[in-house]
Amino acid sequence: MAVITYREALNQALREEMSRDERVFLIGEEVAEYDGAYKVSKGLLEEFGKWRVRDAPIAELGFAGLGVGAAMTGLRPIVEFMTWNFALLAIDQIVNSAAKLHQMSGGQYNVPIVFRGPGGAALMLAAQHSQALEPWFAYVPGLKVCSPATPYDAKGLLKSAVRDDDPVVFIEGELLYNVKGEVPEEEYVVPIGSADVKRAGSDVTIVAYGKMVHESLVAAERLAAEDGLEAEVVDLRTVRPVDLSTVLESVRKTNRVVVAEEGWPVGNVGAQLTDDIQREAFDDLDAPVARVSALDVPVPYARNLEKLVVPSADHILAAARHVGYIT
Amino acid sequence: MATKERVTRAKTKMEKPRDGEGFLGLGHEELREVLRLMLLSRRFEEKAAESYQMGKIGGFCHLYIGQEAVAAGALTPLREDDYVITGYRDHALALVRGVAPKAVMAELYGRVDGCSKGMGGSMHLFERSLNFMGGHAIVGGHLPLAAGVGYAIRYREGDQVVLCAFGDAAVNIGSFHEALNMAAKWELPVIYLIENNAYGMGTDIRRTAAISQLVDRACAYEGLAARQVDGMDVMAVRAATEEAIELAREEHRPSLIEALCYRYMGHSMSDPSHGTYRSRDEVERWRKDDPILCFSDRLVEGGVISREEYEEMDRAAIAEAEEAAAFAEQSPSPEPADLYRYVYSDVYPHGADRRDLWR
Ligand SMILES: Cc1ncc(C[n+]2csc(CCOP(=O)(O)OP(=O)(O)O)c2C)c(N)n1
Ligand SMILES: [Mg+2]
Repeated sequence: MAVITYREALNQALREEMSRDERVFLIGEEVAEYDGAYKVSKGLLEEFGKWRVRDAPIAELGFAGLGVGAAMTGLRPIVEFMTWNFALLAIDQIVNSAAKLHQMSGGQYNVPIVFRGPGGAALMLAAQHSQALEPWFAYVPGLKVCSPATPYDAKGLLKSAVRDDDPVVFIEGELLYNVKGEVPEEEYVVPIGSADVKRAGSDVTIVAYGKMVHESLVAAERLAAEDGLEAEVVDLRTVRPVDLSTVLESVRKTNRVVVAEEGWPVGNVGAQLTDDIQREAFDDLDAPVARVSALDVPVPYARNLEKLVVPSADHILAAARHVGYIT
Repeated sequence: MATKERVTRAKTKMEKPRDGEGFLGLGHEELREVLRLMLLSRRFEEKAAESYQMGKIGGFCHLYIGQEAVAAGALTPLREDDYVITGYRDHALALVRGVAPKAVMAELYGRVDGCSKGMGGSMHLFERSLNFMGGHAIVGGHLPLAAGVGYAIRYREGDQVVLCAFGDAAVNIGSFHEALNMAAKWELPVIYLIENNAYGMGTDIRRTAAISQLVDRACAYEGLAARQVDGMDVMAVRAATEEAIELAREEHRPSLIEALCYRYMGHSMSDPSHGTYRSRDEVERWRKDDPILCFSDRLVEGGVISREEYEEMDRAAIAEAEEAAAFAEQSPSPEPADLYRYVYSDVYPHGADRRDLWR
């Protein structure tokens, strides 16, 4: 298998889907002539031309809405946001148009669109540029929400997202673009709504998505080396719909759970999952579910403070020890 | 590509700057101060670039180098009680407005003595005591805020004005139109200033805007005065702004000013100065028109300043930038307790609960 970056994997998915289906087009700021702010769309303009790879004005609400209209008319737009922070300008079209049209029209109009771009904190980008917004979109019925951690999943999930007949919010990790991983040469897809066990273990379950999967794997190795406990790392990959059965299967085996995610704690994916787990697997739990998240504050600029706010392997390890009653 | 002809062509549309005695009737002292502020901005940012390269400044850092005439021309005619609000390319505007170089540099370093206490960084400079209202990093986001400030001025029957600066690419976002419409309709004393440096990141504005002269967007809003100026010429920017200020103060009329300028550096410190989207030649051509050199030459020719005095002024600017960096260097980082200190104006109401235990 070829080892490629997350960025290249996404690029392959775009290229393959655009070649496979001529209804698929990409629109966003700097996606064409500049190859994308993060170079995800490299070479696509040359290959597909400007009607299929379109540089948009800085007008997120406008071009997201344009995408929805095109999708209602039978095209399959991929709308790239330079980062998800700027998608907040387009949230009206995502939530009020894309997510609602199928139901409001009594099933007459579906909206096969992908909204994608990087999310999460990078490094010292301050409050307006450092937000992990998966839970915002996971809240909305009518949307599907993916947040892949590896090149394999990024490619396979993006292909599924493009083929999906409903709107998919696809949040990439701003810090994951250079992560490398194996990706098969042959065609494959990763179904939306399926979790993946990234590390098997019997003592504690760590549920995560996106960048936190990598932090969880680091924490799991340290837990094994320093405490002799084997953590099972479950990568949700999709946070709406969530693959609860894979999570529960793991919980029934380990009886201890940590949920780790990058964003704020109140009303996030972990909060929902904790409710699901206590309801479905109450008798299997040996400890209350522990949640790791960002601190409940806007991300500050100063490096020392940012480090405290954004969760990392250290915090996951501490939480895993806590549920394992290791002090 | 943005060539020099762009400005020349635009100039023909422009009324001749109100340039009475050559320098808008400004005294020598005032003219020298305008030059000093431009030099300070330039030298300050050169130092900031150096510190960024050394890893002392992080995140996104957008330099104003090449555009100094715009900030200096537009902000120096404002009164102390007027208001200024801008985007993320905010260092020069903060400095010209009077924010201490030390406080700006300390902010870039993420230290407690920064003008935003280390919480905001390069893109979010604030100084309430000078009515410097930020430093906003979502393109177009602050244009409606400026309308709101204007609304508050009218509400209180004041005679202050608001100067709101933003880039060329912001004219395509909805909030631009929404803000201009309200400002025009309700006669809000706001001066909207387009710093048209020809590009939004790597995109020539002419590839995304369905209008060749951005200032013509003003036509859609009755009552909105409009003026296009050579943004490399500080006196031209100043003349246009003075007119707009008068309109806003006396007649409550908002304005849209388009200053045609150019950034010499990359979009931010993480981007190259030239590359696929513009050539090295193009950058070099614009550098020949350097706003600081052109203005200083004019001042020397006009007998406002001698060469030696200019050199001395430049050395002082360099020294001030160095001092600012030295100050920032020794300023402490914020305390962990500061994390919760500014989230609400009152105490953080939720308490640090179990969710924070793992820190
Ligand atoms: C709503 C929004 N979309 C995208 C971005 C990313 N972005 C930051 S600066 C920029 C270009 C802005 O160009 P312009 O308005 O001309 O200002 P300049 O940087 O040239 O001063 C873009 C696309 C953003 N900050 N906000
Ligand atoms: Mg610009």
